[in-house]
Amino acid sequence: MEKPRKKLLAGAMVLASLAALGSYTLLSSPKGTNITLASTTSTENSGLLGYLLPIFKGDSGIGVRVVAVGTGQAMRMAMKGDADVVLVHHRPSEELFVEEGYGVERISVMHNDFIIVGPASDPAGIKGVTDVAAALGRIRSSRAAFVSRGDDSGTHKRELSLWATLGFQPGDDDRDWYRESGSGQGATLNVASEMDAYCLSDRASWVTFGNKRGLELLVEGDPLLLNPYSVILVNPQKYPHIKAPEGQQFIDWLVSERGQQLIAAFRVEGQQLFFPDALDPTEE
Amino acid sequence: MNEFSNAFRTAAHLLVEMDPGLLEVVLLSLRVSLSAVILAAVFALPLGAFVALTPFPGRRGVVILMNAMMSLPPVVVGLVIYLLLSRTGPLGTTGLLFTPTAMIIAQCVLVFPIIAALTRQTVFDLHEEYDEYLRSVGAGTRQKIATLLWDGRARLLTAILAGFGRAIAEVGAVIIVGGNILHSTRVMTTTIALETSKGDLGMALGLGIILVLIAVAVNTAVVTIGGGANQRTV
Repeated sequence: MEKPRKKLLAGAMVLASLAALGSYTLLSSPKGTNITLASTTSTENSGLLGYLLPIFKGDSGIGVRVVAVGTGQAMRMAMKGDADVVLVHHRPSEELFVEEGYGVERISVMHNDFIIVGPASDPAGIKGVTDVAAALGRIRSSRAAFVSRGDDSGTHKRELSLWATLGFQPGDDDRDWYRESGSGQGATLNVASEMDAYCLSDRASWVTFGNKRGLELLVEGDPLLLNPYSVILVNPQKYPHIKAPEGQQFIDWLVSERGQQLIAAFRVEGQQLFFPDALDPTEE
Repeated sequence: MNEFSNAFRTAAHLLVEMDPGLLEVVLLSLRVSLSAVILAAVFALPLGAFVALTPFPGRRGVVILMNAMMSLPPVVVGLVIYLLLSRTGPLGTTGLLFTPTAMIIAQCVLVFPIIAALTRQTVFDLHEEYDEYLRSVGAGTRQKIATLLWDGRARLLTAILAGFGRAIAEVGAVIIVGGNILHSTRVMTTTIALETSKGDLGMALGLGIILVLIAVAVNTAVVTIGGGANQRTV
């Protein structure tokens, strides 16, 4: 009876190797110093962090692990002590975050801008409108399809505050044209491109988005569309396990001349996506 | 249609080039899901067999619960594990959140009821055949469990493969407890979700094709090795 024994042996070997694999996974722990950065999808998906972080690691030896979620979720994550640093873009919540003692200090890093994209056919006729409130007003009055993030992200909060300048709050009567995707920027752009709908996006996510189909950039340039990003160290007095020195080192590096120049030098398809804010603005 | 041809081209490209980024993600996927399944099986097999063989008050309820738990939504499991492992959660001091270990725990919870419930059914059916024999040799519960698990191994392999399928394919739990961190907790499914959200649909679908190929490879390997033991089930 040689055959069954062989099978048995093979089976045992597979089990053993699987078990080894398993125990390896259970035992392996991250090496070196790592900090956790809760950030937004725009900084991650555009490739900015993928470009900056290896350089920072080379400079400092500190690895940065990025959890890319919406601004709202990033801050809630930090409020539970699950991130060392947050890089987000919604000033009122950032200020509240610091005020409530979760963050040490809000530091401006960079900005880009929001834009409105929509179908090339442009049923609401907003192409080239520079007043964002007017453009949104036209979308609303024509009841052209509009996709909202609906996920409590920085972009979602901004969208709601832009509607609020018109005294408008999307409600049950608007279901036929105002849709909430409840997901990230890219997923929302996917929905918009499928539904020929308008949507608000940050420029970085739009430029790096690969499924534009019939969508076009229609509205840009209103000062109300400025999108500033800040970095905040989570308060080590609130959570002693926060890696404050390393986190601070990362923040200092981001706003240093080197960090700021690197941000300014980052290009996607030849386009600058983020504009440094921490250096003296007169220099540029 | 463009997306589909694009996807196959991307998949072929990634495979031929043995893209190192892809390899890292694939290996992590396998490590996490295999570990979770092994861990779950070690406890779920004896438990399933025990429930099948031992009458106790409330057994019906336990069986229903085990079967129902097979439909646990991964997101919910992810959320619960996240809250437990969060720094402010009861197990926060372990610092396991956003690590592969956290992902293994979450998938283990997902897979456990599947293996346990399918094991219970298998052993229960097998016991009807073996009852007389086991009685005649005067086997105790422990011995019965061992015998039936061993003799039902080919069928139980299917239960374990069902668990593996669930683990390797789910995205909801691992994206919450792992955080989809590059070079650290990014697996096949979370990469697919990410590429979809970047609008790179060809890449996303290409990765999906590779995920299916890996599942086919794992199943083939397991069935080839284990299948000879009991032809009836394969």
